[in-house]
Amino acid sequence: MRALTQRIAAAQDRAAGPAGRLPWQRLWRSDAWVVTSWVAMAALTAFWSDAGEVGATGLLAACMAIVGAAALGVTIANLFFNLPTAVLGGSRLVALALVLGLWELVTAKLDLLPRPFFATPQSLIEVYVDDWQRLGECTLRSLMLLVTGYVVGAALGFISGVAIGWSRAIGYWVHPVLRFIGPLPATAWLPLAFFAFPSSWSAGVFLIALATGFPVTVLTWSGVASVTPAYYDVARTLGASPAFLILKVAIPAAMPSVFVGLFMGLGGSFAVLVVAEMMGVKAGLGWYLNWAQGWAAYPNMYAALILMALMCSGLITLLFFLRDRLLSWQRGLLRW
Amino acid sequence: MEPVRLIKVAHQFELDGRPLSVLDSIDLAVGPGEFVALWGPSGCGKTTLLRLIAGLERPRAGRIVVGEREISSPDPSRILVFQDPTLYPWRTVRQNAALGLEARGLLRSQSYRIDNALRQVGLDGFDNAYPHQLSGGMAQRTALARALVNEPSVMLLDEPLANLDSLTRIEMQAELSDLWHRERFTTFLVTHDVDEALYLAGRILVLSCRPARILEEIAIDLPYPRHRGSAEFAALRQRVLAGVGLQVRW
Repeated sequence: MRALTQRIAAAQDRAAGPAGRLPWQRLWRSDAWVVTSWVAMAALTAFWSDAGEVGATGLLAACMAIVGAAALGVTIANLFFNLPTAVLGGSRLVALALVLGLWELVTAKLDLLPRPFFATPQSLIEVYVDDWQRLGECTLRSLMLLVTGYVVGAALGFISGVAIGWSRAIGYWVHPVLRFIGPLPATAWLPLAFFAFPSSWSAGVFLIALATGFPVTVLTWSGVASVTPAYYDVARTLGASPAFLILKVAIPAAMPSVFVGLFMGLGGSFAVLVVAEMMGVKAGLGWYLNWAQGWAAYPNMYAALILMALMCSGLITLLFFLRDRLLSWQRGLLRW
Repeated sequence: MEPVRLIKVAHQFELDGRPLSVLDSIDLAVGPGEFVALWGPSGCGKTTLLRLIAGLERPRAGRIVVGEREISSPDPSRILVFQDPTLYPWRTVRQNAALGLEARGLLRSQSYRIDNALRQVGLDGFDNAYPHQLSGGMAQRTALARALVNEPSVMLLDEPLANLDSLTRIEMQAELSDLWHRERFTTFLVTHDVDEALYLAGRILVLSCRPARILEEIAIDLPYPRHRGSAEFAALRQRVLAGVGLQVRW
């Protein structure tokens, strides 16, 4: 009997967790590790002497210290506001600090890796500080070109996909063209596009639209074609017109498939964007990459790569966000 | 409301290039407000008969007439309710029920009909639920509401309760009977459940297997509400089953 009471008490204690205790007892170990790791890496960067001229070491150390201080602030706030879990989520932030520290160590401090190819973290920071105007402009240009081409390609692909899926006559004529031209990589059109279009920008829009349009067309078509016939029967007995059948039955039913096409098209458009900017378009992140490589400015290249990764990942996140809003009726949706 | 008449209706499908006869010379007259059950083995062409009356397909031979007009296309005055509720998964219960009004541009002016229909089938309060959140019975109720919104004069019910569990089915058979008594739409119920036909219908048509012909016509003049345990009910059940030679096996 006493053993049982003890066990219940222990279980209650565990269930209550750190929340029921004094502030200093509520310290989450994972939060403490985040603070410690960032402060330690800041110290390592600041006080270990550099192997030569490696970039804005002080600024890097300051950035790391700011992250550490912010983490400390959150941790302390957590002690007093009694939040139920570790807010910082620990492991990933600790790992980030450690990877950054290791990178700093093998490049800037110990000089183990050949320097021009393996840039130091502080040299990237220096690029962002010195060249932010050009980088910003290039990012904007890339975004403009990508969004224009993508929207044109997605809209045309969507319309043609619905048309092919809906009308047997249109399908009869468009299908062979789609089968023949569609699988051709958009980049194969590159020489022709720069020759045929009045500006390299419009050629870029054409290529990106082409890369986006094909998957969007095929998946919209397949989505429309695979709508359960019973859905049409229901609408027809209720007095629906053909326009209603297309707009209110076929298209909503095809949307999950359309979004797969939009996702694939977005991936394809990134590839074409970079190639187009490297080959002919005189602005944008792809151009910047090429330009930096020409000057053997490796830190600039890495800086542009990181920006590009942020841009692409941001756009994919935006697309998934849109999908989650529009297809909230679907069960078991993959969360991005 | 007008009577529905089928005059020497025959229909066939193409199967591997060969004609497959599904309906053979069906003659039938159903008065306004009558409840007729089409009873017979599965896959014998009962569903096809309903699709023809709905106007989703044209018969190969014969005529189907409502009043004096021959049926040539679907019309919201004749609504088909399927075995599967076939709700649109991207629409809420209310939006599904509103489909008929929306298709005819009446959504603004007549939205009170949606409230009425949802109340009739006991779904008020579920307006914003999505089909994947509904039980089988609730989904079929939504499909019924979607039909009722159009205030149809003819209801074509294609085994609407066949996919429900037996308890829900008994419950919904009673509800369907009440609904018919309130609204008095002419009803064609396709079913292979003898008790369902006997419980609901005023007349049972026993159909033969493919090509379907009317084997026998049995009038059920038991008063409503009916009880499945009564002696008359049991006698009628035997008679219907005898139509397909199953009276002993049952």
